[in-house]
Amino acid sequence: MRAPLSWLREYVDLPAGETGRDVQAKLVAAGLEVERVEQLGADLTGPLAVGKVLTIEELEGFRKPIRFCTVDVGTANGTGEPQEIVCGARNFAVGDKVVVALPGAVLPGDFAIAERKTYGRMSRGMICSGDELGMGDDGSHGIIVLPPEAEVGSDAVELLELRDEVLDIAVTPDRGYCLSMRGIARETATAYGLPLRDPALLDVPAPNSYGYPVSVADPAGCDRFTARTVTGLDPEARSPIWLQRRLQKAGMRPVSLAVDVTNYVMLELGQPLHAYDRSRVTGTIGVRRAEPGEKLTTLDGTKRVLDAEDLVITDDTGPIGLAGVMGGANTEIADAAEGGSTEVVIEAAHFDAVSIARTARRHKLSSEASKRFERGVDPQAASAAAQRTVDLLVLLAGGTPEAGVTEFAAPSAPRTIAVRADHPDKVAGVEYGRETVVRRLQEVGCDVYGQDELIVTVPSWRPDLTDPNDLAEEVIRLEGYESLPSTLPKPPAGRGPTARQRLHRRVGRALAGAGYVEALTYPFLGDWALDHLGLEADDPRRLTVRLLNPLSEAEPALRTTLLPGLFAALRRNDSRGEHDLALFETGLVFRPTGEELPAHRLPVDRRPTDEEIASLDAALPHQPRRAAVVLAGARERAGWWGPARPSSWADAVEAGRTVAREAGVELIVRQDQQAPFHPGRCAALLAVVDGEEVLVGNAGELHPRVIKAFGLPERTCAMEIELDRLEKAATGPVEAPRISTFPVATQDVALVVDASVPAGQVEAALRSGAGELLESLRLFDVFTGEQLGEGKKSLAYALRFRAADRTLTADEASAARDAAVAAAVERTGAVLRGA
Amino acid sequence: MSAPNKSYDPVEVEALKPEEIERMRDEALAAFAAAGDLDELAQAKTAHTGGTSPLALANREIGALPPQAKADAGKRVGMARGAVNKALAARQAELEAERDARVLVEEAVDVTLPYDRVPAGARHPLTTFMERVEDVFVAMGYEVAEGPEVEAEWFNFDALNFEPDHPARAMQDTFFVAGPKKTESGVVLRTHTSPVQVRSMLDREPPLYVVCPGRVYRTDELDATHTPVFHQIELLAIDEGLTMADLKGTIEHMVHSLFGEGLTTRLRPNYFPFTEPSAELDMQCYVCRGESVGNPERPCRTCSSEGWIELGGCGMVNPRVLVAAGIDPERYSGFAFGFGIERMLMFRHNVEDMRDMVEGDVRFTRPFGMEI
Repeated sequence: MRAPLSWLREYVDLPAGETGRDVQAKLVAAGLEVERVEQLGADLTGPLAVGKVLTIEELEGFRKPIRFCTVDVGTANGTGEPQEIVCGARNFAVGDKVVVALPGAVLPGDFAIAERKTYGRMSRGMICSGDELGMGDDGSHGIIVLPPEAEVGSDAVELLELRDEVLDIAVTPDRGYCLSMRGIARETATAYGLPLRDPALLDVPAPNSYGYPVSVADPAGCDRFTARTVTGLDPEARSPIWLQRRLQKAGMRPVSLAVDVTNYVMLELGQPLHAYDRSRVTGTIGVRRAEPGEKLTTLDGTKRVLDAEDLVITDDTGPIGLAGVMGGANTEIADAAEGGSTEVVIEAAHFDAVSIARTARRHKLSSEASKRFERGVDPQAASAAAQRTVDLLVLLAGGTPEAGVTEFAAPSAPRTIAVRADHPDKVAGVEYGRETVVRRLQEVGCDVYGQDELIVTVPSWRPDLTDPNDLAEEVIRLEGYESLPSTLPKPPAGRGPTARQRLHRRVGRALAGAGYVEALTYPFLGDWALDHLGLEADDPRRLTVRLLNPLSEAEPALRTTLLPGLFAALRRNDSRGEHDLALFETGLVFRPTGEELPAHRLPVDRRPTDEEIASLDAALPHQPRRAAVVLAGARERAGWWGPARPSSWADAVEAGRTVAREAGVELIVRQDQQAPFHPGRCAALLAVVDGEEVLVGNAGELHPRVIKAFGLPERTCAMEIELDRLEKAATGPVEAPRISTFPVATQDVALVVDASVPAGQVEAALRSGAGELLESLRLFDVFTGEQLGEGKKSLAYALRFRAADRTLTADEASAARDAAVAAAVERTGAVLRGA
Repeated sequence: MSAPNKSYDPVEVEALKPEEIERMRDEALAAFAAAGDLDELAQAKTAHTGGTSPLALANREIGALPPQAKADAGKRVGMARGAVNKALAARQAELEAERDARVLVEEAVDVTLPYDRVPAGARHPLTTFMERVEDVFVAMGYEVAEGPEVEAEWFNFDALNFEPDHPARAMQDTFFVAGPKKTESGVVLRTHTSPVQVRSMLDREPPLYVVCPGRVYRTDELDATHTPVFHQIELLAIDEGLTMADLKGTIEHMVHSLFGEGLTTRLRPNYFPFTEPSAELDMQCYVCRGESVGNPERPCRTCSSEGWIELGGCGMVNPRVLVAAGIDPERYSGFAFGFGIERMLMFRHNVEDMRDMVEGDVRFTRPFGMEI
């Protein structure tokens, strides 16, 4: 809502020197979000005078039509001589009154007006359009033609009220009444402690039976309907400048007198109005729900198929308006070009907020009217708004009001709230006292009775006041939030972050410590990405959560794996010139089963049952937290120390181990074949949960096709692991090892196995055969060569034996080594090299 | 070795003549002094102290002397050998020191060489800043609560007093999850972390003090100041007798912990369905502390010379929300506060473009390191 300060002063006697910024500060403190104060005309300097066009000479020979005019500006130019002006606009004629910017004037946008020669003539000034004066769009884009009564030579800045301040207020949904000057004036008056001249306090004739016939079939949807008729309107009458200017400053476009007046009254009182051309309405005006499939062409020219829930205004021919949202084209006021309307029926009604909201949403049609009804309109203001409209039409268009006053009002009682007088004190933590509480509530417009227990009748324009806390807020905000003290509550002792939260933090630190940089990528995903990953048709990762309204149709789903997001980040970095990259991300993936049922809307007037909560949870996909890395380029860069070491599948697997280590889990690594990885360079990462091996992730080099599809650097490697599963595999607190101080016995063995035998298997066999004396075992060399034979490899292990209670003899160490080797021979077909 | 021979006159044994022993000693000392390096000294050592050196041979002759001459000769030879060994050790030490000095000089390196073999990693500042805020509240006794990002509408809206057709729902541009055949599913991408508050109230008994950090979603296109995916942290306190003054004090504590002591805060009335009364929270600009207001000489880009920085929304938990979560509003009251991490990071670290925080460019993230 845009509120011109000059207009506001009509209702509140603000101190003369009070600026827009001053009012802004007061209103902000009272809870109105005044986003800015627009300084109209601040960048405009005169002289700007009213002129009368004396002569127009069409200049020939130019690419566009140009006119040389003489304009009488009275004595505004100091000489009284006609002012010569070259002008390109054509929407004015000899005798018209126009606005002339004289040399020396500066128009908005630092546009200085000076005498200059143009199109072969001297031009001494400019005939102005509304745009050029910063008045906002009047729809014509042409020269302003003033009404004939404008006085030649007078100051146009004053006439057009070009200097003003406008408060731009973002009205929150609970404050519908502030979508009107009346509401903003009320808040201003309260904030300044000044009286309010309420524009809705008008003399309204009592309803009678000879007004325009109205029949309301749905009093729940429409609890009030006032109809008034004005006849004998001058179809040539135009909105006066002051009215047009107020509409423009409030952000609306002047259209025609009747429409301008309804808009003006809506801005003034907050009551949306509609004016029907009486000659085009047939019979009784009705209010009912639409028949399914009924059609209506609204004022915006759109033909709409109505829904059975839509509330419509009808006449004997059918719907003539979408109630509270937009009128129909069939009963529209005719503008002057069409001959103009001379008789209008004015509707001032009150509609159900929910019904209007649904209709507006259903038809994707948000109007000034629907915006107000959704947020709550003062039902008691309808009659006054109708009266005000009648008065203005009579005043400005020479109309005659008909004596008939139609008024339908469903019976309603004022709303009351019971609240303890000290409730605001308890909410705020401040002792206001009963007297202050009552006074503040009265300022809001409430009637208040009672001592300790107050019975508060809320004003008709505040449908948002329903609960004791609403009243508390009114008191506290008017007393000033700035006066609240600061205290600290005493929470019970907490237990710090949970195991899951601590794991999450540790994983991030460990990966960053290993040289990975965290990226937080969007979880939106397209099917193309799943194709690029090379997933089989039945891969569960293809089962995605899909959005009804994605930002991009190319990415309508949520990620089932972290990798595509990291690939995009990797690619972006690579394209920006960073080629040695190691990135990681931790975050949720979304894994529906496809069996999810819709989530029901549970009641809110009680705690839902455990079953109800479970039904909501069952509607949600599984959302486990994962960690993933991608690597490309050099893991260790080249330098004076030596050549670079490219990142490889082994780094990816090690990243998995790094993550698992933080969870206190020793990973089991197995050969695997899994998209999107290279079939020969893919590891399955497993952990033991409740005695069973569970797949927790995969790592390796990406499949060359995947690398190509995503446009990644060659040999890009990746790892993805599920933290929630790892957490389950955690073995609990570390058992402290016993440290033996007896000497170590070291034995090296080299085993020759088939190239296809995984080293992990050989190591497991050695460990199991070595027995308790084995302290550690480490693979220190892998060797292939002719002397081993085709398809063979040699694995060299260093075994360290140590006993807790004695120095091992050479025989004991050898025996343990032999047992280890024997196990490897038996399980993997290994042959001891050199034996 | 010669056998003892009592008939010998010691002076008759040429090698044991005093002047002979002195000569041997002096030759040894001269040889050591002449040795230019440890190798030459090693040769000199063999020549003058080895088993076939003159002094060693002379020493063997002593046994052949008569007893009274033995003592004299022994003493002379012993003193000479002592002097030789001492000189040898001294020269040895001298040469070793010389060698060490030379070798260490040769082994000197350029310690200014760079060693960026594995560039340092880093955590994203959004993550670390969120943890920083969590820690402030954990220190006060709060616990950290988490919840799903794909969430039932009831948790995201209804339970928070967003009525189904109220315009407040439209204030948060929501991503809706499709049901089968593009039907409505009653499931959304959470638009705020407030559903976690509801879950916390359902899961735990009051008194209840939690912070809820996490990712949230709104249908904004990515530009310099908007992102459809962003992070929030919210706090919720439910206890007997909590007031707006408690809310204010709690937020001030957080502001002081994160931005510095002495900064003032300001509450402005506002509207949120889930709180009543509701407020917008501003903190004094921590850079200019308000001194840029109306002072064109000292503009402040952090607060755009407003003097205040908008932090987020807060208020007293609407009793209707307590009812929906099964908490008795007659007995308990609560307060809540929420703000966007991106915004806070933007003004705390002068991030100029939202896109820098979402693109994952390592040049942006690296300088933030492990903690913030």
